[in-house]
Amino acid sequence: MENKVSVYRREHFNAAHRLNNPAWDETTNETVFGKCNNPSYHGHNYEMEVKVTGKPSPDTGFVIDLKVLSDIIRDNVLEKFDHKNLNLDVKEFENLNPTAENIVVTIYNILRQKINDGLDLQVRLYETPRNFVEYPAK
Amino acid sequence: MVYLTRIEHFNAAHKLYNRAWDKEKNEAVFGKCANENWHGHNYELYVTIKGEVVEETGFLFDVKELSSLTKQFVLDKLDHKNLNVDVEFLKGQMCSTENLAKAIWKQLQPHLPQTVQLHCIKLYETPRIYVEYFGE
Repeated sequence: MENKVSVYRREHFNAAHRLNNPAWDETTNETVFGKCNNPSYHGHNYEMEVKVTGKPSPDTGFVIDLKVLSDIIRDNVLEKFDHKNLNLDVKEFENLNPTAENIVVTIYNILRQKINDGLDLQVRLYETPRNFVEYPAK
Repeated sequence: MVYLTRIEHFNAAHKLYNRAWDKEKNEAVFGKCANENWHGHNYELYVTIKGEVVEETGFLFDVKELSSLTKQFVLDKLDHKNLNVDVEFLKGQMCSTENLAKAIWKQLQPHLPQTVQLHCIKLYETPRIYVEYFGE
């Protein structure tokens, strides 16, 4: 852990979604997911914090160039999620309920492929100012 | 004269789309907000009333009652809904933040007692975008 530093980039996107398990009948979906099961969807302003941890490079002083991190997030996450319907427009959720938990794991998996293996990655996702999730859990 | 504000919140889906225009023009004017499958927001609502303090209670108006009225006439109709599809009082209107603030005023104003006046509906669509409507 010595000399490691965490750097963070905060981003946001707006999206519609609904929570529904197609294997269940409507009554069970209503009972479990309540208002979030509305067939016409509802939506959120999602706020995300991407945390990258590693040793600063002796050449640049950077753990990761935050402009580069910002571009990676924009091109691979925001372009895909922002102003979209997560259930209808995002292929990762074709067969996956877009809960905050599943969204944060999906975002992590997308970003993990784009960020140097030597760097630790953690993603925090706020669905509302009061509800947020983090992955991987530590 | 005292001003009193109650802050509420609701989550909803919407899109900005004028049906009188073709898809190309909608995308030119509304950009990403015209996505046919909708997108959504966490709306934050500030309801401000004004009036004189009642001597016996020290209150301008019982905030619990203001909260109940807002819940009954506004939040129950908007929260976890699709503004374009599910909301009777927005039918036929563009679901912009401006129109939503005006519509919320119209929903709430008739239910307040004559001793207080509705002063402002302030509505945040995102943490960085909000509108204010003063009933003018």
